[in-house]
Amino acid sequence: MVIVNGEKIEWEKNMTISRVLEKCKYSYPNIMVKVNGTLVKREHYSKHIVKDRDVVQVIHLMSGG
Amino acid sequence: MNCCNHKKLSIKEMKQAHKLLAEFEYIPQEVQRGYANRTLYLNISENTMKIKPISEEIKQKFTGGRGFGLWYLWHAITPQTRWNDPENEIIISPGPIAGITQYPGAGKSYVVSLSPLTDLPIDSNVGGYFGPYLKFAGFDALEIQGKADKDIIIFIDGDNHKIYIEEAPMECVDSHILAEQLTEMYADSEEDKINVSVISSGKAAEHTRIGMLNFSYYDPWRKHTFLKQAGRGGIGTVFRDKKIKALVIKYSNLKGDSNNPVDVERIAKIGVKMHKEIRDLDHLQGRMRTVGTSKLVEIMNDYDLLPVNNFKYGSHPEAHKISSHVWNFSQGLPDGCWYGCTLQCAKKVEGFELKTGPYKGQKVIVDGPEYETAAGVGSNCGIFNRDAVLECNFYCDTYGIDTISFGTICAFVMECYENGIINKEITGGLELYFGNWEAQLEMLHQMARGEGFGKIAGQGIKRLKEIFVKEYGADENFLNDIGMEVKGLEYSEYVTKESLAQQGGYGMANKGPQHDESWLIFMDMVNKQIPTFEDKAEALFYFPLFRTWFSLVGLCKLPWNDIEPADNAEKDEPQKVPEHVQNYVEIFSAVTGKEITKEDIITQSEIVYNFQKVFNLRMGKGTRKYDDIPYRSAGPVTIEEYESRKERYDKQLKEEVGIDIHGMTTQEKIEALRKYRMEQYEKLRDVVYKRRGWTLDAVPKIETLKKLGIDYPEVVEVVKQYL
Repeated sequence: MVIVNGEKIEWEKNMTISRVLEKCKYSYPNIMVKVNGTLVKREHYSKHIVKDRDVVQVIHLMSGG
Repeated sequence: MNCCNHKKLSIKEMKQAHKLLAEFEYIPQEVQRGYANRTLYLNISENTMKIKPISEEIKQKFTGGRGFGLWYLWHAITPQTRWNDPENEIIISPGPIAGITQYPGAGKSYVVSLSPLTDLPIDSNVGGYFGPYLKFAGFDALEIQGKADKDIIIFIDGDNHKIYIEEAPMECVDSHILAEQLTEMYADSEEDKINVSVISSGKAAEHTRIGMLNFSYYDPWRKHTFLKQAGRGGIGTVFRDKKIKALVIKYSNLKGDSNNPVDVERIAKIGVKMHKEIRDLDHLQGRMRTVGTSKLVEIMNDYDLLPVNNFKYGSHPEAHKISSHVWNFSQGLPDGCWYGCTLQCAKKVEGFELKTGPYKGQKVIVDGPEYETAAGVGSNCGIFNRDAVLECNFYCDTYGIDTISFGTICAFVMECYENGIINKEITGGLELYFGNWEAQLEMLHQMARGEGFGKIAGQGIKRLKEIFVKEYGADENFLNDIGMEVKGLEYSEYVTKESLAQQGGYGMANKGPQHDESWLIFMDMVNKQIPTFEDKAEALFYFPLFRTWFSLVGLCKLPWNDIEPADNAEKDEPQKVPEHVQNYVEIFSAVTGKEITKEDIITQSEIVYNFQKVFNLRMGKGTRKYDDIPYRSAGPVTIEEYESRKERYDKQLKEEVGIDIHGMTTQEKIEALRKYRMEQYEKLRDVVYKRRGWTLDAVPKIETLKKLGIDYPEVVEVVKQYL
């Protein structure tokens, strides 16, 4: 189990941040991601492996028309 | 006479048909530190002109743009004034930063008037060249009062310092033709066309309350006049009621320092950095330069926020048919609506052949669609058809009506039609079920012709609800639940059911539910950054005020947070985009010479925001009950709506409300959820009003007015009636 923005999602083996974003349908481009409180740079999203029970924070930087 | 009948006349013949009603000469005045320090007042009942100085006090308190507009409107009208009374004004003001060319998005104007939809002051922002040219012609604002007897054109010749009011019987009213005609008429040559800007509306503005204004700019690459819209609140309706066919301005001496800023180098330095940021990062972030705001369709669909079938749902399997990928926007040519804007979001679809209406068969260029249009006339009406959305976009623009109000009204009448509240007999044969784009377009053409059900629909949702209850025995409670309006203004195009903060952002907005005041859905619903009432109230204090500031100074909101520095995520409070906020601090200081801080930005806005709130009270409509929202804004109204997101709602009832839902019918669950969510909204209002320095009845306290320095006797007198 991984906690993403307070919601539980099923953990997968070798789950990357990119996969977490895909699973949550987080398609908005201007985001920042913290795993257990530590910022992960955008270029590492496809490499950073999320562990079971990690807490992931995906902050969408506000937009709107 | 139909506009199409005029196309055989030459520009010269149209010009010759003008009858001069008044001509004025004025002494030019150079802009200093972003201000011309005076306004132009025109009375078109009496054909008189006055130039009014702007005092230092008013500059300090109201800054410019919307602030000036509200101040002048306050002094022009009384609490008894209605939108179509001669004393109602249209005020156009660009703000002190407007007109700089070194920073993106710096050519905005604000238009203020008394709204035919809300009977309250409305403000609407717009690009195009008119506002900056007005200032460089010598005026910080243009006030128009009175009503003409026949159609007139007002021409401000900023080169020769003259103003003409002329009867103009022959030109077409529809904007895509009129703007081209007048650009050609008032330019001396092809090269001169960039120096002309036209404000116009259209035929549908004459018959509805949702008329808007088109502000033009000439594109020398495409050799075409393009339009940007001051859409919200029906100002185009006021414009045509005053029998103004067009306002035209000409100014030929634009320079990079026409604002005479205190420190142009300081502005240029910030601008260079910003342009580089856009060039390097836009393709990775918002893709504004290639698809404008249209990409929000697919994003909102992913997050269950795209309005579908009158805001019932937040996504649809066919949303990709109206997503950014289908429009085929022309690429490779400049798409900014003011000089120096590298964000270039004013996208166009070229060579589109119209299939309906008076211009059927003609190939045109469509300005857009922007997100709000695609979502409003498209998904919210169950229409997932590229060409239908483009056709509707084009006709709304040229007929001079607001695509947001039109889309939300159409969605409402479609739901009423599907529920049997109205039928074919009432609509005159229009089968207004969701997805019927042909019926939608015919309703739009009826608005332009001033006939049939279209003319009735053009009165807006608030009045439609009254008509449907009175004339057809509709259930008033149901219509109030599904009629997406607050204060008489139709909702813009976001589903707010899962964001309490955005329910407040729409409900408590001074002008009505328009997203330019606040947009908190991601912070609240997705990020869960503002979980408590106090957190939400703080966001509903800061963000509406921060966004208000753009409307005071003449800036576009988009370069604030639709592009972000590469390291923004590593900064404190990244959602505020601190580097860009600092840019604004620097630019305002460098233009005006008044050194401000980021806290001053909020204070400048707070003054105007509270003044506008008191203005609403003065018009008899500013208390708590006027911030009531339709329930669909907060939760599911119908069984099908609840069932479509059953898992989500059941979970909330169990985990947040603490109800054992076992054995409950869907209707019982809807009622339980409604009770809970509306209690949340009431609690939110209490905390927000308190944070804003207002009473629980949403009235600014005297000490708040004193703190802000707007405890003028006439302002305090209004507030005292409510305390």
